[in-house]
Amino acid sequence: MKINKMKTILNTAFALILAGTLFTSCTKKEGCTDPAATNFNVEAEKDDGTCTYATPEEIIVEEETEAHITFNFTHHFDGVPVTAANFNQFSFVNANGDTLSISKLRYLVSDMKLYRPDGTVNINEGYNLVDVTNNTGLSYSIAGTDLGALVSMRFNFGFDTTDNSGNYVDLNSASWGVPTMMGGGYHGMQMEGMYKKNGADSVFAYHHIVTKRPSMMAPFEANHIEVSLPGIALNEHNVVVELKMNIAEWFKNPSTWDLDTYHSALMMNYNAQAMMHQNGYNAFTLGVVSQKK
Amino acid sequence: MKNLLKILFIVVTVLTTYACSKKEGCTDPLATNFNPNAEEDDGQCIYADKGCMDSRASNFNPHAITDDGSCIFPLVPGQPTPSPLQIPQIFSQSLPAPIIPINNPQTVEGVSLGRKLFFDPILSGDGTLACASCHSPEFSFTDNSQFSTGITLQQGDRNSMPIFNAAWNVDINSDAKFFWDGRANGLEDQALGPVVNPIEMNNTWINATASLQADSEYPSLFNAAFGTTIIDSSLVTMALAQFERTLISGNSRADLFFLGQGSLTSSELSGYDLFTTEFGGDCFHCHGFANEPLFTDNAFHNNGLDATFLDLGLGDITGNPADNGKFKTPSLRNLAYTAPYMHDGRFATLDEVIDHYSEGLVHSSTIDPLLKYVAQGGVQLNPTEKADLKAFLLSLSEPDFITNPDFQDPN
Repeated sequence: MKINKMKTILNTAFALILAGTLFTSCTKKEGCTDPAATNFNVEAEKDDGTCTYATPEEIIVEEETEAHITFNFTHHFDGVPVTAANFNQFSFVNANGDTLSISKLRYLVSDMKLYRPDGTVNINEGYNLVDVTNNTGLSYSIAGTDLGALVSMRFNFGFDTTDNSGNYVDLNSASWGVPTMMGGGYHGMQMEGMYKKNGADSVFAYHHIVTKRPSMMAPFEANHIEVSLPGIALNEHNVVVELKMNIAEWFKNPSTWDLDTYHSALMMNYNAQAMMHQNGYNAFTLGVVSQKK
Repeated sequence: MKNLLKILFIVVTVLTTYACSKKEGCTDPLATNFNPNAEEDDGQCIYADKGCMDSRASNFNPHAITDDGSCIFPLVPGQPTPSPLQIPQIFSQSLPAPIIPINNPQTVEGVSLGRKLFFDPILSGDGTLACASCHSPEFSFTDNSQFSTGITLQQGDRNSMPIFNAAWNVDINSDAKFFWDGRANGLEDQALGPVVNPIEMNNTWINATASLQADSEYPSLFNAAFGTTIIDSSLVTMALAQFERTLISGNSRADLFFLGQGSLTSSELSGYDLFTTEFGGDCFHCHGFANEPLFTDNAFHNNGLDATFLDLGLGDITGNPADNGKFKTPSLRNLAYTAPYMHDGRFATLDEVIDHYSEGLVHSSTIDPLLKYVAQGGVQLNPTEKADLKAFLLSLSEPDFITNPDFQDPN
C-alpha cells in the first residue's frame, strides 16, 4: 500500500519537474521548499508545489485521558464580592460592628482530597498559595482524577503537621515562613488591614499559623483546618469548581472577633489561634460548578 | 519504467543547458576587471601585481606578487566561557535558583568586562564618576553619604543602595524590581538609568558607547564576551549585570550558625529570638530569618517614618495612592558597612534605626499593619534588648564579602 503510494507520488513529482523545467527554464531552481516535508530540497529556491508530507496515520494524536479539576478561589464579605480592587477602603463591617479595610490577604491550601462513593479517596499531595492582593494562585488545577461522582471534597487550610515540617523554596521566597520559636513551618493565612477605633485608624494583622501552644513549656498543637465541602458529579473532563471564602466568617462564627483585643501579635496567642481555627471551618462554601470550554 | 525516467531526465538536462544563456564576464572580485553583473566567469579576468599576500586575510589575493599592506584580518567571534554563580549553602538549601536572563548567561569574559566597566569612570559625562564611586566594595557596594553627588555636583534625594544578592531580588508576585521605588524591572534595566541621570553620571548612551568604541581595549573585550565589537547600551548593561550577579553575600557568622557550623554569642542569640518573635522585635515578616536568608522580602512597605510623605516612593511609580510612602525593604546583611540607613539616609547609626522601630513609629494612611504597635510608637524594647538585637544584626555582616579580591577595582 505504502510502496504503491510512494511510486505514484514519485511519478507525479517527475512529471511536475519535467513540465516545470520545460515551461520555466532558466528561472530559479524549483523544488519543495518546506523543511517539514519529506521531500524537502535544500537547493530549491522556489516552491513548485510538489511537497509531500508524512501520511496521517504516522501522526499520533494524543487524546486527553486524565480529568482535571480546577478550583477557582473567590472571596466575599457576607455576600459583597472582594478582590484586590476594593482593598485599602473601609468597605466592610465585621460581626463586632468594627468598620475595617483589607490591605493584604493570602492563604495556603493543601492536600486536596476527593472522596468517591466506594470509599476510596484521591489525595493530591500539593499546595497552593492564594494571594488575593497580587491576584496570583486564584486558580488551582489538579490532574489525574477519575470521572464519576464524588461524595465529598476536603482540603487542608494551611499545612498539616507532616507537610509543615517540609522545606518549600517557593514559599520561603514568598516570605511565608514561621520562625522556629513560634512553631516553625509556614503561615496558614495573612490577613492585614486597618479598623476604625474611636474615630482613628488602627492596624490589624490577623495571621493564622498551623501550630499553637498554651504556654512556652507546652508542646505545639496542630492548628490547620480541615475544610469539608459537598461532592460533585465529575461527568466531564476539565471541571471548574468555585470555592468561595466568606472573609466575614473569620470574625463571626462561633467566636465574635474583637479587633481591639485581638489585632496584632496573634501568632503566639493561643486563644486567638484557637478561635481562628474554629471560625475558619465556616469560611468556605462550594460555588458554581461548570465545565471548562 | 526506470529507463524511461532516465531518458526523460537527460532530455530535460540538455534542454535546460541550451535554453539558459547566463551573462558572462569576470566574476572574481579580486580582478581589476571584475564585473559585478556577470553570472558566469568567462576566463578573462585580469589581475594587478599588488595586493594582500597573507592567506589568513579576508582579502587574500593569490594573484598578487607584491604585498601592498591592504590585508584585512577577520575578527574571530568570541566564544565566552560559562561561569556559574557560586551559591552559598544557606541559599541553595532554602531559596529557588538565582534569576539569570536566558539571553545573558554568566560568562568569565562577561563578568570580567562588567567588573572593568563598573569601576571605570568612562561611562560618565566628564569621565570622572564610575558606578563604584557610589557603590564601593568597602561599603558593601553603597557609599557612606546620605545622598551621593553626581558629576554636576548635584545631590539626589535617595540613599545609594548596596548591591549584593541581586540575582535573588524577586518575589513570587513580581518581576525583579530595582531601586527604592521599584522603577526598574531587572538588573540590566536598572543599569540603564544612572548613566543618563542628570544628577548622577549625566551622560548620553550615544556618547558613553562612543567613548567605549574609541577605547583601545573595550572593543576586543566586548568581542570576547559577546562575539561582537559593536558596543551598545544593551551589551554594556548586560556585562554590568553579569558582574553584579556575582556579588553574593551569604557566609556571615549568622549563616554559619544557621547551618550548624558555627556559634553566636548569647547576646546575638537573644537578639535573634527578639528578631523572630512577635512579642519581640517582630522583624522577620519583612526581613526574613534562617529559612528566608535574604533578610529582605523584596517587597515594598511604609515603615512609619513620616505622617505625610515628601517622597511618594512606590506610589510615584504605580500611581496608586495605596502605594504612597512605600519603599523597598533593604536586606539586613552587611549593615556594618552600609550606613547611613533608610531610603533617604536619615539615620546615621543602627541605634537610631532600632530606636525608630522601638518607639519612633509614626502613623499614616498607608502604614504597614505589620508595624503592630504604631499607636505606642513601636515594640518598646529596653536597652538590653536593643543591644542584643543590634548584636544579632551585625552578625549578618560578612567581612570577606567587602574584601573579596574578585570584587575590587581591576583597572
